[in-house]
Amino acid sequence: MNAIIFSALLGVVMMFAGIATPNKMAIKNIAIAALLVLLLGNLSDAYGWFSIKVNVNEMLAFTKFGFFFNTIAIASTLLYVLLSGNDIVKVGSNAAEYFALIFFVLCGITLLTSFNNLLMMFLGIEIMSIPLYILTGSAKKNLKSNEASLKYFLMGAFSTGLMLMGIALLYGATGNFDISPLVIKQEGALPKSAPILEVFGLLFVFVSMLFKVSAAPFHFWTPDVYDGAPSVFTSFMATIVKAAGFIALVTLFFAKAEELGTLWKMVLVVVIISTLLIGNVTAVFQQSVKRMLAYSSIAQAGFMLFALYSRNDIAKEGILLYSVAYTLATVGIFAILIKIDDHSFDGYNGLAKAYPLLALTNTIFLLSLAGIPLTAGFFAKYFMLASVMQTGGSLAIWLVILGVLFAAISVYYYFKVVQAMYFKEGTPIVAKVSTSFRFLLLFVAFLIVLFGIYPDLIISAFYW
Amino acid sequence: MIPLLLILIPLLTGFFSFFMKGNNSGKHIALAASSILMVIMTWALFTKNQNGELQYQISWISTLGSNISLSLDGMSKMLCLLTAISFPIIFAATYNNQYKKPNYFYALMLLTQAGLMGVFLAADCLLFYFFWELALIPVYFLCSIWGGEKRIAVTFKFFIYTFIGSLLMLVGILFLYFKTPNHSFAIADFYALQLTAKEQALSFWLFFIAFAIKMPIFPFHTWQPDAYEQSPTAVTMVLSGIMVKMGIYAVIRWMLPIFPDAVHANAMFIIILSVIGMIYASIIAIKQDDVKRLIAYSSIAHIGLMCAAIFVMNNIGLKGVMIQMFSHGINVIGLWIVADAIEQKTGTRKLSELGGLAQKAPTLAILFVIMAFANIALPLTNAFVGEFLMFNGLFEYNVYIAAVAGISIILAAVYTLNLVQKVFYGNTVSLTENTNEVSLNVQLMLIVLVVVIVTFGVYPQPLIDLTKDTVTAVFNK
Repeated sequence: MNAIIFSALLGVVMMFAGIATPNKMAIKNIAIAALLVLLLGNLSDAYGWFSIKVNVNEMLAFTKFGFFFNTIAIASTLLYVLLSGNDIVKVGSNAAEYFALIFFVLCGITLLTSFNNLLMMFLGIEIMSIPLYILTGSAKKNLKSNEASLKYFLMGAFSTGLMLMGIALLYGATGNFDISPLVIKQEGALPKSAPILEVFGLLFVFVSMLFKVSAAPFHFWTPDVYDGAPSVFTSFMATIVKAAGFIALVTLFFAKAEELGTLWKMVLVVVIISTLLIGNVTAVFQQSVKRMLAYSSIAQAGFMLFALYSRNDIAKEGILLYSVAYTLATVGIFAILIKIDDHSFDGYNGLAKAYPLLALTNTIFLLSLAGIPLTAGFFAKYFMLASVMQTGGSLAIWLVILGVLFAAISVYYYFKVVQAMYFKEGTPIVAKVSTSFRFLLLFVAFLIVLFGIYPDLIISAFYW
Repeated sequence: MIPLLLILIPLLTGFFSFFMKGNNSGKHIALAASSILMVIMTWALFTKNQNGELQYQISWISTLGSNISLSLDGMSKMLCLLTAISFPIIFAATYNNQYKKPNYFYALMLLTQAGLMGVFLAADCLLFYFFWELALIPVYFLCSIWGGEKRIAVTFKFFIYTFIGSLLMLVGILFLYFKTPNHSFAIADFYALQLTAKEQALSFWLFFIAFAIKMPIFPFHTWQPDAYEQSPTAVTMVLSGIMVKMGIYAVIRWMLPIFPDAVHANAMFIIILSVIGMIYASIIAIKQDDVKRLIAYSSIAHIGLMCAAIFVMNNIGLKGVMIQMFSHGINVIGLWIVADAIEQKTGTRKLSELGGLAQKAPTLAILFVIMAFANIALPLTNAFVGEFLMFNGLFEYNVYIAAVAGISIILAAVYTLNLVQKVFYGNTVSLTENTNEVSLNVQLMLIVLVVVIVTFGVYPQPLIDLTKDTVTAVFNK
């Protein structure tokens, strides 16, 4: 409960910080301090040192899984603010508001990791999404940013409608908003009164969640929104927010999916394959690194969906590992992208010569996204594939083979950046980078390699 | 502890070289480290595994049941020896070559060596996969930064090709992992698996495609001539001398004992592919005008024979493969050293632009002729023993296939002697007129290689004894 309350309160604090001081650097530092407080609050909740207890009538359930993901999300946000904080305040004149919105997003995320009730899930999704619509449009004078914001809002509103519809149907079928009675029903405690309502209800909720995590065929908003939004906020959206969407999906469907049976599996397989296909193949043809990253995030979502297909312990560990690996790498790549003037592949030409450290860390991030061994990304993919493999059956094997073939395609577009940096001549135009920025990048790269060699660090933390 | 040292020394010195200042320091460190490694490896050769000196195990990812587990048996010893000998020879023979950012170059070379050692030592399948990739990544950068004109596209093709293969292997590894009763990657648990014919067939192909691309076997060979041609010659030596052995080694270590039935079932098909590859590559080699491409195609032909000899699944053929893995490494590195020397001296690799070098560089010519004889597998050279045994094995399996494969020996003589004649004999041309003898370090290294060639050509027994335990282990299974 700490994380939910703290993040909401700290969001309000950040809003008033803007009135208290006009100094942007001070605001950034307040935000960093506030994130540390939030992190500490969540950890003390997790370890039972200090936690605020409110009677939630079992609408929320606080599990290790949730605490663990909260920690990941808050720590990544901290890292993100440390890396890109200076660029956040440069987006517009209302620096304090941006940070406040980020805290509200975190509030939504912490709700999403602990819901035990469809209404709470709905609240979480909305609290997370609405600040994002604003952040997308925060570059007020930029037409592309405005367009992206409007698109995102309309699409988001539509998917919210679908979700409400789905929840209403589920309510009609079961008479309450809990997700647990449906689980009990698998064991035959309640009669199957209205399966059709339930199936469609779940399907609507599922579809609207797919909107949020930009899985095909509901991905069309993603490239435009990611491209149009200020790059710093794209970074936030593509990483922490996206991973949170997956955690919500996992929480919901690990409890429910048995209801749909084979139909469910087929729908999921189609979604996974089309997400992988569209994400990877379209990314190959992009000219801009930023757009390529948007499509690559769709492709990575395809891999994360494997967890829903397999729904076992490995999948649960895997989705956490995947969130860490993917978030670390993508935050790093965006932090470097923001510093580079030209977002096309050619803009990276010759980066290795001029800025060897940026090029090296960027290479490690890209290798991780591509899933090359010795990086965290390898084990992230490994766990996803292993979880599917464990379900057994020939469908699983073909799904895994298809998955690795798409992973091989992804090497093509990630390595195009590496090629530009190392093997092509050019003089990249790069904004000033501070020593602490370099140090942080190196730290993130170090973490990625560390988790790539010794993933037990994360997995055992999950079972502390 | 010895196996760990074999990996750690190149790995750590490799990382160290990245931070070296000065133009020659990386080179000297690489030379020193690889020489020390050679000494350690020679010591390991005569060490008996009584108290587990040749084994090393430490827990790695306990939640997955994977250990850092290394072991040196006969076949591993031989290939580690090849790796340990080759690197100092390569460094010494290319000592005078100039590279931009030389420290990075040598650092990456040492990392490659660490990866190769790891592949030959790993006794845990996940670890094996790690090293398999670790050997590939530095090579990608080596070829792409220091290679020829078309390096970027060519290396990329090579990288994607092998990466697809290794990912399929990963699927195979996962498949076997979930079949083991205690969910482990240990080689002993994989060997103990009892798989049905269908399971064997599936995992056979998942593994074999990875290894076939690495070797490479027709029709997966298309990356190879381009990659050999465009890479800096020192890297080409590593690629063709040692890296292709990874594929052959992996088939013997990770395929024959785990899915014997599938190997039997698919043997004919793969042998025919290999033989087609041998003949096809030999004919193309005859047509080549570029020295490097010629050697590349000749290498495909030799590897094809080794692959075929594995799949005949008899004792004599496998013995031949063991000897030939070592011999081919030595011989082909020798050929590349000469090719590099010619290119450094004359600035061209085209047969049509060369001629009469023997008049200007007689020592080089004599040494090269011996190498060329070894490439044709004439008696008294090391390749003769290996090829003889392999053809013997092939003959036992099927007379007609052996006969067709035999044509490749004749073709090998055609392209190799053609190479010798066009480069070294005849009249000098404008490019070769002003050349002189190659430098002392190149001559010395070639002499070392020639001594190895002749020694094992006359007395191959040590190699046979060394790998006997692996051969018997495979057939006991």
